[in-house]
Amino acid sequence: MTLKEKQEQIIDDFSLYEEWLDKYEYLIELGKALEPFPESKKTDDRLIKGCQSRVWLDTEISDGRLHFSADSDAIITKGIISLLISVYSGRTPEEILQDDFSFLDALGLKENLSPTRANGLLSMISTIRAKAAEYER
Amino acid sequence: MNIREQFPQLKRSVYGKPLVYLDNAATSLRPQCVIDRWTEISSRSTANLHRAVHHVAAEATEAYEAARDAVREFLNAASREEIIFTSGATHALNLAAWSIGEAFINQGDEIIVSEAEHHSNLVPWQMLCGRKGAELKRLEVDDSGRLRIESLRTLISPRTKLLCLAHVSNVLGLVNPIGEISRICRENGVMLLVDGAQGVVHQKIDVQALGCDFYAFSGHKMYGATGTGVLWGRKALLEQMPPMFGGGEMIETVQWSGSTWAPLPRKFEAGTQDISSVPCFVQAIQTLQSMPQDDGLKEYVYEELSRMEGVRIFGTSADLSEKVPLFSIAVQGAHHEDLALILDKMGIAVRSGQMCAEPLMDRFGVTGMLRASFAPYNTMQEAEYFVSSLRKAISMLK
Repeated sequence: MTLKEKQEQIIDDFSLYEEWLDKYEYLIELGKALEPFPESKKTDDRLIKGCQSRVWLDTEISDGRLHFSADSDAIITKGIISLLISVYSGRTPEEILQDDFSFLDALGLKENLSPTRANGLLSMISTIRAKAAEYER
Repeated sequence: MNIREQFPQLKRSVYGKPLVYLDNAATSLRPQCVIDRWTEISSRSTANLHRAVHHVAAEATEAYEAARDAVREFLNAASREEIIFTSGATHALNLAAWSIGEAFINQGDEIIVSEAEHHSNLVPWQMLCGRKGAELKRLEVDDSGRLRIESLRTLISPRTKLLCLAHVSNVLGLVNPIGEISRICRENGVMLLVDGAQGVVHQKIDVQALGCDFYAFSGHKMYGATGTGVLWGRKALLEQMPPMFGGGEMIETVQWSGSTWAPLPRKFEAGTQDISSVPCFVQAIQTLQSMPQDDGLKEYVYEELSRMEGVRIFGTSADLSEKVPLFSIAVQGAHHEDLALILDKMGIAVRSGQMCAEPLMDRFGVTGMLRASFAPYNTMQEAEYFVSSLRKAISMLK
């Protein structure tokens, strides 16, 4: 599945839920299902600034593709991270840098989050972009 | 008139649900009389204060100075010269820290600050201690959130100049016994500064009876206009303190060889004042004083939260007359931010996070808390909705 296709699939899934509380239930489920993140990786250099909750993001590169893993102490944030990982993990730096991250607007996530949490989301995105730029050939 | 009718924002809804506003300790809502007064001055009486001879300037000045009289009476301060208008409690505390520092604090002196302070009543003192080479000492709280007043006498040394603490903590909601503390301070020759940002909202204030030396608060937490605050200080002390800001009407004479300062309170009110907002203290105080008395809502919420499994309340007391209707909690297995986000979508505005009190979060070993703070316009029905919504939010997260 291409990056765009994956984004469209998420937008479709998300649109099944009309009520925000149901969307949150969905994010909570995604957060709970996120792969465990080792405690040893919860270091300050992996911590993303700008979040009320704490978010750790780890990046590995193999075969020219970036692989993200992450964790948060807040479960809805973890659900949002899970969405981001499912879209951007396993992509090349070029694919990530060419994307404008506008699928988040289609989800209505940015404007429906409190300013502090929206900042956190923007921080996650800029960290993913910065990592992609770092590994771009 | 029903108190709720006076607050237009109570009529609005969010996400299609009626707004239940429980973030009053951060900013209270504004009554129509304050909005009207603000609009009236903005649309009819805008002119610079204290300097021009024309009619509108006189009107604006009268409105501004009437607020000073209202605040003096509200605090039972000895004189109107002791009332200094600022942009908020934070500004008032920074002004106090700077000017007290210049007048009274020397290298090696000590300032005691309580562990339960808002950053606004901690950071300015840290800055002052850094500037003067003074030492910052900590008055601890116990596990219930109560100040360890018994430790105060041993904490105070001959080098202690000042004690700074909140009348009511913005996290714990406990009313500190300022009268008792001020007696200890007086016996030891220590000045006492009280951050009243939360205290003015729920307590009747008499600064002379409290026995403190300085009292600071904001307008926007007591139904007034944003961008307003007050520093009250004893005249004998304020007169010895130099101004922090220069310019405007704070001068007596200005010459190349140097300047001299205007008498109190103008010495501390440099620049153009908030012409429209400060006069609204008159209406804010009237609103505050006409608020209905406690209707059992505080007891209900406290009781319900105490009974909820996995919920820890910060700031506990067997005697709820010592606590304002402000409840900070942590829920086992549920992050404060998740709870606040879910409650938000149910139409409930609460606060989550460190609440500008990071050292206190560390003291209790949490990364943040969830805080619901009530005002007299909140109803029992809203309290019940909050309790049932919180239960639902917790069950969603577990």
